[in-house]
Amino acid sequence: MDVIAWSRLQFAMTAAYHWLFVPFTLGVAMVMAVMETLYVVRKDEFWKKTAQFWMKLFAINFAVGIATGIILEFEFGTNWSNYSWFVGDLFGAPLAIEGILAFFMEATFFAVMFFGWDKVGKRFHLVSTWLTGIGATISAYWILVANGWMQNPVGTTFNPDTVRSEMASAAAFWEVISNPVAVSKFFHSVTSGWVTGGVFVVGISCWYLLKKRQRKFAKASILVGSIVGIVGSFAVMLSGDSSGIHAAEFQPMKLAAAEGLENGGRRAAFTIVPGIQIPGMLSILATHDINGYVPGINDILNGYTDNEGNVIPSVAEKMAMGREALAALSLYRTTDDPSEKAEARHALEKNVQYMGYGHLEKPEDVIPPVGVVFWAFRLMVGLGMLLLLELLVIGFLAWKDKLDGKKWLFIAAILCIPLVYLCGQAGWVVAEVGRQPWTIQGLLPVNVAISSLSAGAVKTTFFLFLAIFSLFLIIELRIMIGAIRKGPETPNE
Amino acid sequence: MSYTFLQNYWWFLISLLGGLLVFLMFVQGANLHLGNRSLSDLQKRMILNSTGRKWELTFTTLVTFGGAFFASFPLFYSTSFGGAYWVWVLILITFVFQAVSYEFQNKKENLIGSQPFRVFLMINGILAPLLIGTAVGTFFTGSDFTVNKAAITDPAAPVISTWGNGWHGLEALVNYHALLLGCSLMFLTAVLGALYVLNNVEDEAIHAQMRRSIKICLRPFLVFFLGWILLLLVRQGYAVDEAGVVSLEKFKYLHNLLQMPAVLGMFLLGVMFVLLGIWKGGFTKSRSGIWPAGIGTVLVVMAVFFLAGYNGTAYYPSCTDLQSSLTIRNSSSSPFTLQVMFWVSLLIPFVLAYIIYAWRQMDKKKISPDEISDTPHKY
Repeated sequence: MDVIAWSRLQFAMTAAYHWLFVPFTLGVAMVMAVMETLYVVRKDEFWKKTAQFWMKLFAINFAVGIATGIILEFEFGTNWSNYSWFVGDLFGAPLAIEGILAFFMEATFFAVMFFGWDKVGKRFHLVSTWLTGIGATISAYWILVANGWMQNPVGTTFNPDTVRSEMASAAAFWEVISNPVAVSKFFHSVTSGWVTGGVFVVGISCWYLLKKRQRKFAKASILVGSIVGIVGSFAVMLSGDSSGIHAAEFQPMKLAAAEGLENGGRRAAFTIVPGIQIPGMLSILATHDINGYVPGINDILNGYTDNEGNVIPSVAEKMAMGREALAALSLYRTTDDPSEKAEARHALEKNVQYMGYGHLEKPEDVIPPVGVVFWAFRLMVGLGMLLLLELLVIGFLAWKDKLDGKKWLFIAAILCIPLVYLCGQAGWVVAEVGRQPWTIQGLLPVNVAISSLSAGAVKTTFFLFLAIFSLFLIIELRIMIGAIRKGPETPNE
Repeated sequence: MSYTFLQNYWWFLISLLGGLLVFLMFVQGANLHLGNRSLSDLQKRMILNSTGRKWELTFTTLVTFGGAFFASFPLFYSTSFGGAYWVWVLILITFVFQAVSYEFQNKKENLIGSQPFRVFLMINGILAPLLIGTAVGTFFTGSDFTVNKAAITDPAAPVISTWGNGWHGLEALVNYHALLLGCSLMFLTAVLGALYVLNNVEDEAIHAQMRRSIKICLRPFLVFFLGWILLLLVRQGYAVDEAGVVSLEKFKYLHNLLQMPAVLGMFLLGVMFVLLGIWKGGFTKSRSGIWPAGIGTVLVVMAVFFLAGYNGTAYYPSCTDLQSSLTIRNSSSSPFTLQVMFWVSLLIPFVLAYIIYAWRQMDKKKISPDEISDTPHKY
């Protein structure tokens, strides 16, 4: 493998590990904040002890989340040097806001939440618990603004003098932060974190019921966890629907790959699994119109006319225009003749939207690994529906107080814990593998985004990080299992 | 607001963040004292529980420092991080181990026992300031890289910033001038850590040990720091003219100090404050030396960054190709982005205010054996 492949693998591995810990943080933060609110409102010590137990697990998870997060942030620079320069101007403002508004909020109130029980008042402590979760959520928004821009680069223009994308006005900034892809990604990611938190809390609580321990604690936790998880699930479905619309509009190849759709058309069928299709459903999902046109992989390669009547050039044509843009950029940067420079700039501006295509070797390079994206999508949707069903059933039985003796259900809930993580990982595979080969859609393919490193150097750090993260994960799981076995400090009723 | 003002403003903020980061690295410095054999296990746990409530702030400041560089001077981010790969990877690894060590060390399920995690904290205490200091040292000595923005049009070698050697930053560890700054920082953080523990932990025996440690660390700190500053003042520096042309200038950093009397004053005031803090902590019965030493540290670090970047100076010089050197002017974000970030940065006083408020609330009760046993979450 070359340095590009190792860099991609390293980033994917770090992101995958990071996404094991982040959804837990987002979801369990919500669960424990609700529980502490109940403690403050009802003045019931039981809820304090209940919240404290989930906080203990939160802390174990949080440390590893931070550890993987810092590596992820700096890998933009260490492994994707060209990318960092190209997007630096655009990421500047969101990152500054994230750092100033979110990071310090999370860090400061995290300390108050854990160590401040006997040092600050009840209400200040409650506010701190909420602010820890809100800080993590705000942080997610800004990082997803950056990610959303990579999938749909709006609001910027390419500056040939600095060789990067730049924002130039308040309207452009607004376009970036209200990018529809970023907004739906934010809701989709954060609320999927709520599902993770809900499923985790329900699953662990069911383990206590199975062991006939801490029944009051377990039932109360199931109720809160399932409500958070169910709200999260419905929000995930809604935001998932808009994600589908956005993929069809801005990243049709990702949608075609997720559907394994070689040749598209109107009334396109949705494939549940190979051989089982729902006629017209893909058109409805992708365009909210049964007659909507959905391009397939071959249509995108060969060119097509979209639903608004725009003629989309073939990939070969885009590559030719991209090469013209690169040649114009090269001339612009080397010539001292003002008229030649002006001509080069004009030629560049004409084709700049396809500049990234100029770096591709052949049209087929724009096709992501179809099998991976296709099955990851099915895994995500299938597991998401199964988890919603689990939460609805258990939440309903907990509400009716009819959980006792449902051993099979307790075991199913415990088994759902690894499934919710698998579901989240599959979601990111769809989002990130599906947009290959682009780091920035249409502008910067992965082979141009890298740092000037040897494959050996990145291979070494890949295995180093893999070993470190795996060690941390194993230790975290052992400590968490130990804490769960020990149980909460609530009375064993 | 002019572009020049915004660029200078963001270099000021980077400098401030750098100063705060070095101050907050008292966490790393305090953890170095975990190796002190005169301290009992309980006393070491008291130190751990003291720094364990602050490490998040240091970590967040480091992340924000990196993020702010990415946001305001992205060419530095892409050139240094992608080039001096091994140095940054090593720094990150030590911080990663630090992040989990607090939570993991006293849990019996942690596979490797508590001692290795304490060793990780000590390694972080040594390597993090040493490597960060050495990396900042290269702001004055230069590094082996070239920048060619036109490279992006070359399919065979599209990378804009390329490092000139396979050591990818580790070569700075044999650059004695850069290393002197790394060693200074290591001993400074050890002193700051001792001053912090002195202030935050209630235990007479620990106090005696910390005062002793301050005296021990003071000498190497002074030797390394004075050595670094003397060499800095006599060395040639990387000057940049109005047209952006970089050239070597004899005594550049001495000239910078003399031509920027405010920076000179700030530097001297900072040094005086650091010495005052050390004197209070090491040579009197006072426990509040951390505050003057902390303020002094922030002032000195800011002055060092100002020397590196202001007054027509290339702050990240290339000794391979002078014209590839990074300056405040050629490596920053666009005027609009810097302006948006300027407005956002006006929230910093508000953020500082709630951090200080929360910190004061948390530190009302000093760390003692009773305080640890009363706290549900402890390390």
